[in-house]
Amino acid sequence: MASEPNDILNEVTQSEYKYGFVTDIETELAPKGLTEETIRFISSKKEEPPFMLEFRLNAFRRWQSMKQPEWAHLNIPPIDFQDIHYYAAPKKRPELESLDQVDPELLKTFEKLGISLEEQKRLSGVAVDAVIDSVSVKTTFSDTLAKHGIIFCSFSDAVKNHPELVKQYMGTVVPAGDNYFAALNSAVFSDGSFAYIPKGVRCPIELSTYFRINAANTGQFERTLIVADEGAYVSYMEGCTAPQRDENQLHAAIVEIVALKDAEVKYSTVQNWYPGDKEGRGGIYNFVTKRGICKGNHSKISWTQVETGSAITWKYPSCILQGDNSVGEFYSVAVTNNYQQADTGSKMVHLGRNTRSTIISKGISAGRSNNSYRGLVKITKRAENARNFSQCDSLLLGDKCGAHTFPYIQTENRSSVVEHEATTSKISDDQLFYCQQRGIDTESAIGLIVNGYAREVLSKLPMEFAVEAQKLLSISLEGSVG
Amino acid sequence: MTATTLNHAETFDQLFKEKLPVISRNDLASLTRLRNEAIALFNQNGLPGSADEKWRNTDITRRLDLDYTMHHEDFQSNLDVEKIFACEVPDLDTFLITMVNGWYAYRNSALRILPSGTIIGSLGRALREAPELVEAHLGKVARMHNNPFVALNTAFASDGVFIYVPDNTVVTKPIQMVNVVDHHENLFMQTRNLVIVGKNSRLELVHCDDSHNHTAGFTNTVTEIVMGDNASVDYYKMQNINDQSTVLHSAWFHLGRDARLNSHAISLNGGLIRNESVVTLSQPGADANVYGLYLMDKKQQTDNLVFVDHAAPNCTSSELFKGILDDYARAVFNGHILVRPDAQQTAAYQSNRNILLTDKARVNTQPFLEIYADDVKCSHGATVGQLDAEAMFYLRSRGIGEENARMLLMYAFAAEVIGKIGIENLRDRIDDLVKKRLRGELSICDQCVLHCSKPDQPITFDIDMSKI
Repeated sequence: MASEPNDILNEVTQSEYKYGFVTDIETELAPKGLTEETIRFISSKKEEPPFMLEFRLNAFRRWQSMKQPEWAHLNIPPIDFQDIHYYAAPKKRPELESLDQVDPELLKTFEKLGISLEEQKRLSGVAVDAVIDSVSVKTTFSDTLAKHGIIFCSFSDAVKNHPELVKQYMGTVVPAGDNYFAALNSAVFSDGSFAYIPKGVRCPIELSTYFRINAANTGQFERTLIVADEGAYVSYMEGCTAPQRDENQLHAAIVEIVALKDAEVKYSTVQNWYPGDKEGRGGIYNFVTKRGICKGNHSKISWTQVETGSAITWKYPSCILQGDNSVGEFYSVAVTNNYQQADTGSKMVHLGRNTRSTIISKGISAGRSNNSYRGLVKITKRAENARNFSQCDSLLLGDKCGAHTFPYIQTENRSSVVEHEATTSKISDDQLFYCQQRGIDTESAIGLIVNGYAREVLSKLPMEFAVEAQKLLSISLEGSVG
Repeated sequence: MTATTLNHAETFDQLFKEKLPVISRNDLASLTRLRNEAIALFNQNGLPGSADEKWRNTDITRRLDLDYTMHHEDFQSNLDVEKIFACEVPDLDTFLITMVNGWYAYRNSALRILPSGTIIGSLGRALREAPELVEAHLGKVARMHNNPFVALNTAFASDGVFIYVPDNTVVTKPIQMVNVVDHHENLFMQTRNLVIVGKNSRLELVHCDDSHNHTAGFTNTVTEIVMGDNASVDYYKMQNINDQSTVLHSAWFHLGRDARLNSHAISLNGGLIRNESVVTLSQPGADANVYGLYLMDKKQQTDNLVFVDHAAPNCTSSELFKGILDDYARAVFNGHILVRPDAQQTAAYQSNRNILLTDKARVNTQPFLEIYADDVKCSHGATVGQLDAEAMFYLRSRGIGEENARMLLMYAFAAEVIGKIGIENLRDRIDDLVKKRLRGELSICDQCVLHCSKPDQPITFDIDMSKI
């Protein structure tokens, strides 16, 4: 019974960060530094229409007037924004029809990641858009999707081929000046994924983007836009890895989701950026703005995230519940170990009537890490009969780590019901004793208990992700046991 | 004395420079130094605005827009002291301390020393008669950093209440501090209270804020309560002031080993009431219970800020704050439990429950946990909702009219907090006041509320409750 967790833990104890390799691909870099010139360079490199350049420059001006936020429970070493390459692209980017034409080095990269595009394509039937150093490299399954009228491509392709859709929706959920990192992203984003599900279409396969930072000293700024038209459904997955480096790298992404009437979008993330080594050197700064809007009535957006990587995580996937009877969900497992810091949670803004939201957040801190939940539930006057339930649990493994909860609840009408509860505890001796009594050693027992603790969230993940996520959980907790 | 609007930080600085000789007339050198530090700190950050995390839901500058008069030394109040004494609670046998407009009523009399050795008196007087006691504790518990109004208070306050309970002493009767505001001008009052409770001693302290007329008073009170090892304090704060008034009260508790604190804040009426309680559990075994009840209507606002600092292992704390909000009323709850590294075996609970009666009322609640130790049991909960529909149906189905049923449910909701009050007579009185308040009879207090109680006439629910 305990053999599977045992295997996982064995595997775990042998590797530090198994995605920590660098792929030797020729990369084209923009010079370091951020000026209007850099932005014009990126825009021209990507052959963008004028409206995009305008959008970028506007965002850049907004960004210049903003200050890096300090309210999060994070200790962020000063970031020199002029010491970063804002554009890094694998040099060869021919038009590809099949995987055979992909740079073999790249294919190897994905092979190593255990998510080879080929394999994905054959076995799991997941359409993957792979993004390396924020440039989309290859989108699989485009043909299958095209049959249904689904557009799934890199953001640059979308700008070229579907400018009207991009123009209509980009920046409507996360405006260019929304916050410091969103403004930065809006100014310099290099690529990302775009998905459009037409009216009444239920996307037959999972869409997936795999992000990887490869080049040194680059920032990764990708942008994802998902639009689900009336009655559409899509499940979208996102995975991230980065090589092991001593210096910190910046990742500031934006994800925007628009769900029109009766549409449903399910967004799952397994975030496993390089978390830094045991002494807290290196690692990714992950500053992400994710927000979805339930624009139409009866629409639904569901966020599920497993956050195990990054030196610093600053991320609050949110739902704006504008349509009546719309639903927002947020399920999260955040694990921090060693010197990792995470300040993550969700925002649910109830605007429409009978809107419902659920927040389930499970934080696990080990080592000397700090793990915070920060969330907002806002019920406006118009949101009659709105309902929210939030549960934020924290598990502490070790006495040097911290687990914090910072919920904000704002209610402005009487017919709504908002409930928030949170607990903080360690693994109880009773539970451990029970397992040990039945011959399960401490390490396996803790593996079991942690997985059980996170089950509520893991069960929301698509199957392909759930297995990986379970392994990640254990990997991240390596060395914190006992 | 001319009235000034106080919505600029510079005004305070100017006033301070002008009035320092008057303010510091009783000071020890160390206190004057502290005042200068405080004003410097205040000037650094100025008045809090909506960008300040703790003030984002509370617009204090608008409250300061009015013309206020600040008195830095004794001034002749035309209030008849006898009238105040009429406020004395008939059933409640207490040592009464009366503050009029922020000044100790009998400030010229010497400190009162009870047979047990307990000292009660004005802070100004204590500075002269027991300087070493004051110097050892004043400004040591309340932190001015990030707290502009504590800094202001430290800079300006020159009077307030001083209580000293020696070691191994049980103060037999509760001590009741009543601050009555009755003046023709809008007063800006800053009082500073210092309470020292020695080892193994016990004190019950009742602290009432009342207003007698409708001028807009602004009270900025800081109370420091230092509790020795195994000391026990029950602290009751009752607030019933007019709708124009603002009360900022921050209470700072410092608990020694095995000390026990029960703190209650009952806010019945007031323009803006902001209660801040900061509890430091500095030694193992300390236990703190912090309770609050707020019943607000019209455009009133109550803020409750509670910060519990678990600085030592084996301490317990629990918070329960409940509120009912009618009309345009607003409530803010900002709870923060900090469990420091090595504060193992901590148990900390926090709960904030609110009922909104209208769509115009608003609640902002922020129950925070910040935990750095692993062997802890911490939980918090917050709810905002309406009266339970099923409970309502139960009562209605048993022939209780809608108004009465609502009334009953609201009362039951509030009773959980009232039930925690340890002094029986006080509990009955507050119970009584809450019933009246819920019926809307107490919404404007034109008289001292303590007159309202007529224990011989029990209140029944069969009265027309048109207000609710």
